[in-house]
Amino acid sequence: MSKEPVAVVGIGQTRHAAARHDVSIAGLVREAAVRALDDAALTWADVEAVVIGKAPDFFEGVMMPELYLADALGATGKPMLRVHTAGSVGGSTALVAASLVASRVHRTVLTLAFEKQSESNAMWGLSLPVPFQQPLLAGAGGFFAPHVRAYMRRSGAPEGIGTLVAYKDRRNALRNPYAHLHEHGITLERVRSSPMLWDPIRYSETCPSSDGACAMVLTGTAGAARAPHPPAWVHGGAMRSEPTLFAGKDFVSPRAGRDCAAEVYRQAGVTDPRREIDVVEMYVPFSWYEPMWLENLGFAAEGEGWKLTESGATEADGDLPVNPSGGVLSANPIGASGMLRFAEAALQVRGAAGERQVPGARRALGHAYGGGAQFFSMWLVADTRPTT
Amino acid sequence: MPGPTPETLTAPLVVEFPFTRSLGPVQSAFLTGLRERTVLGVRTRDGRVLVPPVEYDPVTAEEIRDLVETAATGTVTTWAWNPAPRRGQPLATPFAWVLVRLDGADTALLHALDAPGPDAVHTGLRVRIRWAVRRTGAITDIACFEPYDSPAAPRATAHSGAFADPVTGITTSARLDYTYTPGRAQTRYLTALAGRRILGERCPACHKVHVPPRGACPTCGTPTDEQTEVGPRGTVTTFCVVNIKAKGLEIDVPYVYAHIALDGADLALHGRIAGIPYDRVRMGMRVEPVWTEGARHPDHYRPTGEPDAPYDAYKELL
Repeated sequence: MSKEPVAVVGIGQTRHAAARHDVSIAGLVREAAVRALDDAALTWADVEAVVIGKAPDFFEGVMMPELYLADALGATGKPMLRVHTAGSVGGSTALVAASLVASRVHRTVLTLAFEKQSESNAMWGLSLPVPFQQPLLAGAGGFFAPHVRAYMRRSGAPEGIGTLVAYKDRRNALRNPYAHLHEHGITLERVRSSPMLWDPIRYSETCPSSDGACAMVLTGTAGAARAPHPPAWVHGGAMRSEPTLFAGKDFVSPRAGRDCAAEVYRQAGVTDPRREIDVVEMYVPFSWYEPMWLENLGFAAEGEGWKLTESGATEADGDLPVNPSGGVLSANPIGASGMLRFAEAALQVRGAAGERQVPGARRALGHAYGGGAQFFSMWLVADTRPTT
Repeated sequence: MPGPTPETLTAPLVVEFPFTRSLGPVQSAFLTGLRERTVLGVRTRDGRVLVPPVEYDPVTAEEIRDLVETAATGTVTTWAWNPAPRRGQPLATPFAWVLVRLDGADTALLHALDAPGPDAVHTGLRVRIRWAVRRTGAITDIACFEPYDSPAAPRATAHSGAFADPVTGITTSARLDYTYTPGRAQTRYLTALAGRRILGERCPACHKVHVPPRGACPTCGTPTDEQTEVGPRGTVTTFCVVNIKAKGLEIDVPYVYAHIALDGADLALHGRIAGIPYDRVRMGMRVEPVWTEGARHPDHYRPTGEPDAPYDAYKELL
C-alpha cells in the first residue's frame, strides 16, 4: 500500500526574543500552536495527535513537556509523543509527525518545538560536572571553532567567508518580523571588526540565545483539499545519526549528514540539488557552517562550498538563497530552531514567506543538525503533490 | 595483555541549577494571591472551579482567564502518611500528604497536613490553610494545612487577579543526586592515568585504537579489551584560540584549545596547549603532555621541539 502524501497546511511561530518574560512556557507554545491552527483554519478538535520536541532536559529543566504542556496543546484524550534528538529535534519531531500521517495512523497531527533559553542556561546544561572526566576547556564556541579551522585548511577558504555569511543572514533577518535579531544599520565592516571570541569565530558569527516556539499542522490529501491556503507537500524526509566521537569521524563533513541528504534527494527524485532546489533553510549556528553544509548537502563539491557563498549565490537574490529567514544566526530557540528551518522551507514553497519570500520558490530543503554533529534531519518540500 | 581489572570507580554526581520561570497571567495572579493570603482559582466555561489554576482548560483546551477567589478552608479528598520527611519538604516532622478540595473549588490541591499521627487523618477531614509568616509569592506561602472543624461553605467569588507589585517570575532550584559509575573500560583508562600512562583500546574487528576507551568500538559495536598505550607525544590536528573566559575556568585568556592525535591513536582528544605563545600554535605541531602533582589528567600539552607533522600525516584525523 502506498503512503499517504503529507501536506503542511498550518504554520505558526512566536516572536522570538532574548527573553519572553510575558509568557509562561505554556503560553509560549500556545502562541505558536494557535497561529498554526489559524493558518490551517482548524480547531483543537481537528487535531488527532500532538508530537512535541525540545532541547535536552537540563536546558530549561522541563523533564516531561508532554505532560506539562498537554493542556496548552489540546492533547487531552489524544496521543502525545515527545521526540528528543538534541539540536536537530525540531526537524526530527516534524518527521515523526509526518510519519504518522504518511502511515495513515492519523489524519491531522499538530507538531511543535520550543525553547525558553532565558529560563535556563544551555552552556550549563552541556557541561555537567561528570566525575573523572576532563571538562571542556573552551566554552560554547570552542567546541565548533577547531572544526571551522579544519574546514579552512582543507578547502583553502579565505578568512572573510564567515563574515559574509553573518552579514547576509542578519540582513535577511530584517525582512523577517519573527527574527530575534534585527540589526538595523548593519555593515560588513561592523561584522568584520567584531571581537574574535574563539579564533577563527567572531562574535558576530555566532547565534544568539533566544526564546521561541514553532508549530505546524500536517495532514493528508483530504485535509489539504479543505485547507484555505496552498499547502507545502513533503517530497522527502530522513534522519541519520552517528556517534559524537569515533575513529574516522569527519566533523567538517559528517557522513550522517551526507547520507541523510542523499536519502532525501532519492525520495524526492532530485539528482542535481544545486539546480533543482530553489531555496535552503539550513542549521547554521556559526556562520562558517554555511559553506561546510553546502558541501555536506551536495550543493557544492568538496572544498568548493565557500566559493558559492563568496559568489553571492546564497544571498536572498542569488540563485540558491540560503536562510532567507535570517536563519539560526538571527534567532536560536535551540529546541525550536530545527523546526523553524523546516517551517521556513515550507513557507517558501507556499508563497507565504512575506517580505522574505524567494520569488518562484517551488522546491525547498529544510535542514537540522544537533549534538556533536551527531543527529541530522532534513525534509524537502514542494508546491505540488508528489506523484508517487 | 590486560592485567587484573581493578575495582570499578564510582563517585557522586550532583546536578543543581536555579531554573527561572516566567509565570504568565494566571500563575502570576495565583502566587501573588497566596502572598496576600488569597486563594485564586479559575472558572472554566462549564462552571467548574480549578484550584490550583491552569492557563488552558484541560478538557476543551480553551484559554481560561476567569479568576475566582475560594475559601481557605476545605476537605481532604485523599491522603498518605509520610513518616520520614526529606530535605526540602514542607514540614520537618512526620506529616500527611493530602489532596484538599478548598471550599468553592471542584478540584483538589496537593499539600502537607500537620497532624499528630495517621490516626488523626481521614478522608473527609475538614482543614484550613496555615499561612507562612513570611510570604514571597510561592506555593510555600501555604506553610501547610491543619485540621479545622468548620461547616463546608462552597463559595467562589469573581476576582480581578490584580494586586500591587505582582510576582511575575519564580526561581525553582532543581537538584538531582546521581551515583556515577564510569564502567570497566574507563576505570582501566583512569587507573593507567594515575601512572601517567594513556591507554587506548583496539577494536578487534576494524583495528582502530580509541582513546579514551569505552569498552566497545563506537563504529562497529565490537567489544574491545585489547589495551594499547598511546602517546605520550602527539600532533595538534586543529585548534582554536580562546579569547573569552569561560565560566568556572581559571585559565587566563588567550589560550589555545586543541585537538591532539596522540601517536598510535586513531582519533584526537582535547587539551590545552601552553609553553608557547598562543599565536605560534599551528596545525601539525608536535606536543607532549605536562602532568601536575595530584591531577588526574594532563594539565596541558607543550611543544616537543620536533619538526611539524606533514598535513597528510594527520588530515584523516581532522
